[in-house]
Amino acid sequence: MARYRHRLGTENFVFDDLKAVMASASPRRSGDELAGLAARSDAERIAARRVLSETPLTRFLDDPLIPYETDEVTRLIMDDHDSAAFRPVATMTVGDFRDWLLSYQADVAALARLAPGLTPEMAAAVSKIMRNQDLVAVAAKCRVITAFRTTIGLEGRLSSRLQPNHPTDDPAGIAASILDGLLFGMGDAVIGINPASDSLSACTTLLSMLDEVRRRYDIPAQSCVLAHVTTTLQAIEKGAPVDLVFQSIAGTEAANAGFGVNLAVLKEARDAALSLGRGTVGDNVMYFETGQGSALSADANHGVDQQTVEARAYAVARAFDPLLVNTVVGFIGPEYLYDAKQIIRAGLEDHFCGKLLGLPMGVDVCYTNHAEADQDDMDVLMTLLIVAGVNFLIALPGADDVMLNYQSLSYHDVLGLRHLLDRHPAPEFEAWLDHMGMLDGERRVAPLPPGSPAMLRLLGS
Amino acid sequence: MSVPLDPWSRLRHATRARIGLGRSGDALPTEALLDFQQAHALARDAVHSAVDFPALTADLAPLTCLHVASQAADRSIYLRRPDLGRRLAADADLPRGDWDAVFVIADGLSASAVMDQAAPTLRACLARLPGWKLAPVVLASQARVALGDDIGERMGARLSVVLIGERPGLSVANSLGIYLTWEPRVGRKDSERNCLSNIHADGLSHEVAAEKLTWLMTEAVRRRLTGVALKENADALPTASRDDRVIVGLCDE
Repeated sequence: MARYRHRLGTENFVFDDLKAVMASASPRRSGDELAGLAARSDAERIAARRVLSETPLTRFLDDPLIPYETDEVTRLIMDDHDSAAFRPVATMTVGDFRDWLLSYQADVAALARLAPGLTPEMAAAVSKIMRNQDLVAVAAKCRVITAFRTTIGLEGRLSSRLQPNHPTDDPAGIAASILDGLLFGMGDAVIGINPASDSLSACTTLLSMLDEVRRRYDIPAQSCVLAHVTTTLQAIEKGAPVDLVFQSIAGTEAANAGFGVNLAVLKEARDAALSLGRGTVGDNVMYFETGQGSALSADANHGVDQQTVEARAYAVARAFDPLLVNTVVGFIGPEYLYDAKQIIRAGLEDHFCGKLLGLPMGVDVCYTNHAEADQDDMDVLMTLLIVAGVNFLIALPGADDVMLNYQSLSYHDVLGLRHLLDRHPAPEFEAWLDHMGMLDGERRVAPLPPGSPAMLRLLGS
Repeated sequence: MSVPLDPWSRLRHATRARIGLGRSGDALPTEALLDFQQAHALARDAVHSAVDFPALTADLAPLTCLHVASQAADRSIYLRRPDLGRRLAADADLPRGDWDAVFVIADGLSASAVMDQAAPTLRACLARLPGWKLAPVVLASQARVALGDDIGERMGARLSVVLIGERPGLSVANSLGIYLTWEPRVGRKDSERNCLSNIHADGLSHEVAAEKLTWLMTEAVRRRLTGVALKENADALPTASRDDRVIVGLCDE
């Protein structure tokens, strides 16, 4: 086993293996402290960063953090690695790689070509020696475009998931939240419900309701009920109108087993959704959510720090050509990300790593009531993410999820960002908003008077 | 600025979600902004304030109450280190006995839930448990659900019943949950428990919660288990004693 060491003044820091270097190099966060993996001092943290920056990228191919034999996610990462795409950076250390990513040579086209040549561990490693500003600047050069009924990720666009959750899955209550969101121009990434009940009947009821709303107003958008993948598979068998298949995923085989999934069932679900042929402008049919800390909470992190395990989840996502992937960054709670500083950093890391690996990344900019964070902090993260070119954000009525009991962004927040930073909805959806009479002379979704035609058409008289 | 007609009035009864808030430009109107901040303030206060255990002890008199703490020394450590909130502090002194059950009142993530709901819920339960050999009530600070395992094991109780403050949402900051564990011992998995949640003024009432809980307790003793098997059993029952799937769930702390 390789030993890694660095001398800092009179102190000699020794790290047993690459996992220990990665964990110690991570910016401080409560989840790594809970796992007993975090650097014990700031000096140890910078020593680990020095070691990491001198580590060749090829080391991550030669010395997997989680053994190939015991973990199907490692096998996926290794077997799918594109060595031709990797060649431009193959002789670099992690430190060289950071310099190259920030250089003018690393433009949109170069980064797109490189993505299949990178492993999650390489992305995680370089992120650990990058400042927030670096994470924003490089992510902004990554463009990932996907499509189903709308095209997501185009330059100058910002899409949104409309999240109309309801504590008892009441269709009328959900419909009310959807209509409210449509009046703010939300929903061009997906109209996606987290069901309170994972039962097949609840799921098919909601799928039918969503499809009816979509067809009644002729909305070019996709819908999703975020039930377990096996429930959605059953719904497809029953003939329910399934646009996208959702699943929460994580970065190790054991953590995915905790979610009740593996690569085979995800493939089966993707094939089933593709067979329905419901996309009009594209056939990306998968939607994944991830989040730092899920592997540790399932006791399945193999001693790997939470940010690196999170990046490994993106290798799982990448294998299924998803329409949407988002980290639910502050949802898991303060034992993993204690405060706004940690949530903001993790949100930028997750977005950067996902984009660098070629994923259509969005973020649920969010927090729970026991974390040291509030809406002011979410304002900071959401603005940074737009500058970083995030594909989509999650939006809900008044930022308050009355089913999952956490706070995300409001419809107002996402609309305000669009107008402030001149980002438009997906083109198909923007054309629909125009057709509905919801755009003003400057193509903004302006406040509508109660008697306006669009208001009457959506809400009735 | 006033809006003469509210097109949302029809839809608002269908959901507690914050729909139809209006707009000041692209932002929230002042009233809606302050409403949100008020709800968040109450939720944070519920997390960070301490349960007044002496007042709770007085409220529960003449019941005997014992006070213990977890290994989490303060709220900040409690929030970061759930593992410490699951183990008793070294100085905990609990009497062993031949108890059918021990009730634990734990602060969890909402002091106001414990202050508002714990005593009336406990009294409603005790009224339904004649003949049970019940241990003294244990009041636990900086406590997670699994602290009930450590407590139950040390006291030799066959069943531990943990009444605990749930993580506050914006709409309800004082909701109580109850977790039931057969043969509590350190290391029990969450799948080996049953829970009742949403006990508050707009949710499950104290009386209904007590009815459901004591039914579960009786079944747990009869079948000598809690967890998945007991939940399936509860789901399969017809109506009166059957619990909603949402309400009688498995532990998912």
